[in-house]
Amino acid sequence: MSHPAHESETAAAAPPLRATALPPTTDPVLQARGLTKHFPVGGMRSKSVVHAVDGIDLSLRGGQVIALVGESGSGKSTVARLLARLYPQTGGEVLLHDAPVTALRGRAFRAYCHRVQMIFQDPFASLNPAKSVRYTLTRSLRIHQPKLRGAKLEAALYALLERVQLQPERYVDKFPHELSGGQRQRVAIARALAADPEVLLADEPISMLDVSIRIGILNLLQDLRDRLGIAILYITHDIASARYFADETHVMYAGRIVESGDSESVTQQPAHPYTQLLVRSAPDPEHMGGNVTQGRGAEPPNMVRPPTGCRFNPRCPFATDICREQVPVLAELADGHRVACWGYADAEQAAAAGTDLSALPVLGENKVEVTS
Amino acid sequence: MTETITALSGTPTAAREPILEIRDLHVGYGYGESPVRALRGVNLTLHRGEVLGLAGESGCGKSTLAYAATRLLPPPGLIMGGEVLYHGAQGSGEPPVDILSMTDKELRASRWEDVAIVFQGAMNSLNPVYRIGRQLMDAIAAHRKDSTKAERAERARELLSMVGIAPDRVSAFPHELSGGMRQRVMIAMALALEPKVLIMDEPTTALDVVMQRQILEQVIDLRDRLGFSVIFITHDVSLLIEVADRIAIMYAGEIIEEASASDVYRRPRHPYAHGLLHSFPPLHGPKRPLAGIPGSPPDLQALPSGCPFRVRCDHVMDACSQIQPVLGPTRLNEPGRQVACLLHDAALAPTLPESLSR
Repeated sequence: MSHPAHESETAAAAPPLRATALPPTTDPVLQARGLTKHFPVGGMRSKSVVHAVDGIDLSLRGGQVIALVGESGSGKSTVARLLARLYPQTGGEVLLHDAPVTALRGRAFRAYCHRVQMIFQDPFASLNPAKSVRYTLTRSLRIHQPKLRGAKLEAALYALLERVQLQPERYVDKFPHELSGGQRQRVAIARALAADPEVLLADEPISMLDVSIRIGILNLLQDLRDRLGIAILYITHDIASARYFADETHVMYAGRIVESGDSESVTQQPAHPYTQLLVRSAPDPEHMGGNVTQGRGAEPPNMVRPPTGCRFNPRCPFATDICREQVPVLAELADGHRVACWGYADAEQAAAAGTDLSALPVLGENKVEVTS
Repeated sequence: MTETITALSGTPTAAREPILEIRDLHVGYGYGESPVRALRGVNLTLHRGEVLGLAGESGCGKSTLAYAATRLLPPPGLIMGGEVLYHGAQGSGEPPVDILSMTDKELRASRWEDVAIVFQGAMNSLNPVYRIGRQLMDAIAAHRKDSTKAERAERARELLSMVGIAPDRVSAFPHELSGGMRQRVMIAMALALEPKVLIMDEPTTALDVVMQRQILEQVIDLRDRLGFSVIFITHDVSLLIEVADRIAIMYAGEIIEEASASDVYRRPRHPYAHGLLHSFPPLHGPKRPLAGIPGSPPDLQALPSGCPFRVRCDHVMDACSQIQPVLGPTRLNEPGRQVACLLHDAALAPTLPESLSR
């Protein structure tokens, strides 16, 4: 997936936050190819599984933030945990610098952790309440850089705290209960940075924090991305924050990616009916009163027996037979903006599915124009 | 734009007749020398048929306010002063009753009948071992003692269909329902006795945005049909601006700004309200860098002198550390809005910053 400097209409009107002059797209650091995770349920004899993640492709590049947006239960956290190697995958593979990763324990796993670190959702739970900030961070430093001792270790500790914008003298001997939520999350980020990672997997890093300090944490992560060139996977249910923070946004529904592209196109011209529902449902004082009628009243799907074909079809107002029977192919709308919806398939893709254009759903005015 | 705002928030409060008046309410947690002063002299009026939004960060006292006003505050929470006046019958000239000085018997009769509450995490406040129909009927049985079982069952079915759940789900157990449906059951239960006031404490925080919108639209629709008043508590200001008629913003146990929803959104007058509104990245419109609010929410046990927000405020003056601001008219003397900030005192501040005087 290439990442061009996107110039949608809104972006042209107002310059984007930072010049999107990221280093010309480098090779992906961490990739997922056809990543699949099924969790067994229903006891020993049962063969039923929860289809948490089904065939996800992702590429994380240095100095880039990729957002994974979806509702709870869509499998977005499972993707992060698969990439962090906290679970083995059912299918597909994880590639670090094009080499498949198989490590799950021992030395190889630690070497992997050294390069890929995770930040968890709840900083109240992810820090040991009995240990001071000094202990938490030096432990992480010692594990990943065993040769650091004495004054050098102390210097590294102070540098870490400064990097997450906490004054070292003031915070180094504090315990987690003496810190606010935002400060705790900063310590958790510092702990991840102690490994000097290439990739940060941030699983809802701000959803447990007070609203007035969330932006501060996002700005900090943005700063780390720019200064250290770290690749960040940002997992969230808040599509507005994905637009603010991420270069690329992938929308997940029921274990599959339904739409992906640069954040501005995905949020301003959502193509998939689910993304459209998500964008229209988000609270937005400026654009209100747009009545959300599509897909309402319906519940998220049962993931033990997910719907066949497109998983959004039971909630989709445009669904036709082909949506109920066949998994939609990814259609390219514009450079890098791709959508998995039969409404965007062309004659060739329809023919490959054994049907023709007349069988495809008609999205009407909800259809986004294809420019590529 | 004003039309679009009323699209959700519906009926204007023409009458402006108060239904619930909170006066100088003080609440503390803990006993002895230094209780944590969670609410410090809160004044708030809810009018008939209005949706009043209560916004603020966690720990600012918004849930405490709801629980104190209904006398549901668990120990060590303690109401240390003030009154909560409930104006029962409409236009009957009856004097309002003070909920805080009711006897236990009066309180029991008034609860759920006059003021009902939808709790935070309502999805988990259903009893998992009883069918939802039975739980709905329980509240009716306690208050309408002469009703027959058949009437109560009928009412339970009616309530479910009112919130958009098929009436035959009365025999379902809570675990058979999705999170959004459980939340609807809780709303149905709160409406069982047709209360005049409905307090909703973060009713949609645990839900997805799609479900959140559906439930909110339903609540507003029911409000239009049944005419109850709502106190809606949430930390999500952008949500409140859509839903509420009026918004009160709390900080460190005090209300620091109160105004109509569109005024708060377009013309915030308190630096904290301004900062809070700029903490939510917009989904549309130009992208701009946001700063949030520096510092962290205050520790209620060690509040700074004077204005509690001054340590995080961009416009702090010398006077802020000496004088504690009280809720009063804005500097521009706008009707119907109040703010607690010394910048609005012309004797102390030479000018109002541009960002707060638009």
